[in-house]
Amino acid sequence: MTQNTTDALPSSNRRRWLMAGGCLAAAGLIGLSRKAHAANSKLRVGMTPAFLHDQHSLLDEWRDFMAASLKRPVEFVQRDSYRETMDLLQLEKLDFAWICDYPYLHLKEVVRLLAVPLYQGRPYYQCHVIVRKDNTVARSIADLGGSVFAYADPYSNTGYLSPRYEIRQLGRDPAVFFRKTFFTWSHRKVVEAVASGLAQGGAVDSYIRDTLVHVEPALALRTRVIWRSPEYGFPPFVAHRSVSAEDFQLMQRHLLDTTKTEAGRRLLARLHLDGFTVGSPALYEGVARMMRAFGEA
Amino acid sequence: MRWLFNLSFRHKIPLWSSFLIGFSIFVVGAALMARAYEDMKSAVVISAENLGHTLANTVAPTLLHDDTWRAFEIVRSPIRGESTHTPVEVDAVVVLGRDRRVFVSSDPETLPMLTEAANLGPDWQRLSDWLVPETNWPLVLEPDNSNYLYLVLPITDNDAQLGHLVLRYAKSVFHPWFIAASWQAAGIGLLVLAILIPINWYWASRMATPLVDLARRMGTMPETVPQPLPPDMYPYHDELGQLFHAYDRMVLALRDKAALENEMVKSERLAAIGQLTAGIAHEINNPLAGLITAIDTLKLRRDLDPRAMRHLDLIDRGLMQIRDTVAALLVQTKVQARPLNQHDLEDIRTLIQPQISKRHIRLDWSAKMPDELPAPASLVRQILINLLLNAVQAATDGGHVSLWLGRKDDSESCLSIVVCNDGALLDEERLAHLFEPFSTTRAGGHGLGLWMTYQIVTQLEGRISARNIDDRVEFVVNLPLGENSCSTASA
Repeated sequence: MTQNTTDALPSSNRRRWLMAGGCLAAAGLIGLSRKAHAANSKLRVGMTPAFLHDQHSLLDEWRDFMAASLKRPVEFVQRDSYRETMDLLQLEKLDFAWICDYPYLHLKEVVRLLAVPLYQGRPYYQCHVIVRKDNTVARSIADLGGSVFAYADPYSNTGYLSPRYEIRQLGRDPAVFFRKTFFTWSHRKVVEAVASGLAQGGAVDSYIRDTLVHVEPALALRTRVIWRSPEYGFPPFVAHRSVSAEDFQLMQRHLLDTTKTEAGRRLLARLHLDGFTVGSPALYEGVARMMRAFGEA
Repeated sequence: MRWLFNLSFRHKIPLWSSFLIGFSIFVVGAALMARAYEDMKSAVVISAENLGHTLANTVAPTLLHDDTWRAFEIVRSPIRGESTHTPVEVDAVVVLGRDRRVFVSSDPETLPMLTEAANLGPDWQRLSDWLVPETNWPLVLEPDNSNYLYLVLPITDNDAQLGHLVLRYAKSVFHPWFIAASWQAAGIGLLVLAILIPINWYWASRMATPLVDLARRMGTMPETVPQPLPPDMYPYHDELGQLFHAYDRMVLALRDKAALENEMVKSERLAAIGQLTAGIAHEINNPLAGLITAIDTLKLRRDLDPRAMRHLDLIDRGLMQIRDTVAALLVQTKVQARPLNQHDLEDIRTLIQPQISKRHIRLDWSAKMPDELPAPASLVRQILINLLLNAVQAATDGGHVSLWLGRKDDSESCLSIVVCNDGALLDEERLAHLFEPFSTTRAGGHGLGLWMTYQIVTQLEGRISARNIDDRVEFVVNLPLGENSCSTASA
């Protein structure tokens, strides 16, 4: 009977009805999801190329550990560039994120410093400019003028801002200093680009390169460091300003307590980190200075 | 080179056919390998084209956005490790920008970014020259003296040409594959050779051996008449079989002809001797008759002293001996003849019995005849006596002599007499002159027995022959009965 009625409707009419229904359903779903988000408080954590974010088993282990510790569902949102994660933060699609110091300063209005990882016991890291191991000629950034250079990400401090600042310090224009530059969108791939010979030089996060020396020595050891930047504040964990004080405290405590459990220490060992500290925005003064030099911030 | 063609068929046929088999296998193998090589190349080109189109489409946005790293990841994706070399595996992928510089390559060490294509080497120089808009894509390039095969496709986005994608394939990867395939083909070829060549040699020797034998036999002609081929040598009816058959017929014909010629020579000689002796006999007979008459007349005189009488007797006996000898030489068959009957044969058996007994000879007597035969009795008796006495003389002491008499092949027209003895065989020389007068070597014989027999037989228009058969000497006489002539076949 119903079948007949439906059949009796003119097809254009039917389509209009269906579309209207679809729209209503979609609107309902969106509303529900927002409500559900508020209700079950799933924590969304953005993961960026600030570490070897393509180690999926490590991420799974970390997420499970975090969910168990927080007793809350946790979702890791991976993006291949800082910009995408920054966009998600600005769109309030993320509650927390591990981002580079440079985006942190960009998003100062949107996020709050949550915790800073301790690398070799201190919340600092460096930019390393690397060349291929068999390149015995290059001894400093100045020797790389006119070559092909690999940057990690336009919103990476060590992978973009810091080397450019150094070139500027050398009195050269970073825009024309190299013959060609390109982004690999990950520190690991900078190492790969240099090791394969695609680029003669590359700028890489010292923490990631050191980790790679342990994880993938065959790749990492095909490069050597020709320049080390001053120390910068380690890429921080940030919380969106919309995150409630309870959630902020909960997550901060969880991070700071990571060293206190066996599982946490095991995880930190895999991350090649020593723990977390509360940190302070002053850690990032060096980055801010470089940004100001480039007329940003 | 000529010596090769002068080789015996025994070697030439197998050598040539082995060579042809080998050559055919080589040519077919080479053609198949060449085909396989071309197929492999076209497989490479097809695979390259598929890959090229995919890569060109994928890499186009990276060119648009100048995203070197993504482009690098894309062009590197089809490159595999060292261990998995197959002919269709791409060796290098290069993206050339609109400016014909390397935008990105899968092997930045040897094909570095931003290098002008023309500066990458002679292959690339040529390739660069080919990159004109009117080229038919894909461009497949196999430069001379190059180890690589190139396939070039344009990279386009909405009809705008962004650059070119170049796929490079190492031909050195083809080679081991090709060599492996060649070895396999060579192995199969050798296996086929190993099977075919023994078959070929067997077949060739099967064909060549009779031919060689034939040639050897024919080489002895015309000095001697060769032997016929063994009948089982080549039992087939192809041209070769027909040739051998024809040869056999020719040999038989030649032997018959030779036998006939021998016979004719013999007959002519004997006829000449007959004429000569007859002439001499007549010449002697006439004065001899007068001499004998004169001696008879003289002997009738009574006034002869005994000494003269003795001389006259001596002369008379001498003349008588001459008359007997001449009479023997001058065989006279034109006598009134009565037909041969059984009694004649019994007489002859009786007549030779003393000789038989004396020498302890065993006599086989086989006479199959009716009461009478229309053959001249006295002449047949003469023939039989001569032949039998001759056989008895020739036979060893305690030996064996046989007589067979009867119609030849049961014919009405031919009387056959066969006399054998087991004495010494007759050599060629003896056989050739057997029936000539005074040809005997035997002590005590006057050498006219066989001559007389021959004369009688020939005058009766019969034939006589002698031969060695097994360990015996056989004399065969065929005589016509009545007016009919007798078959002249000797055996």
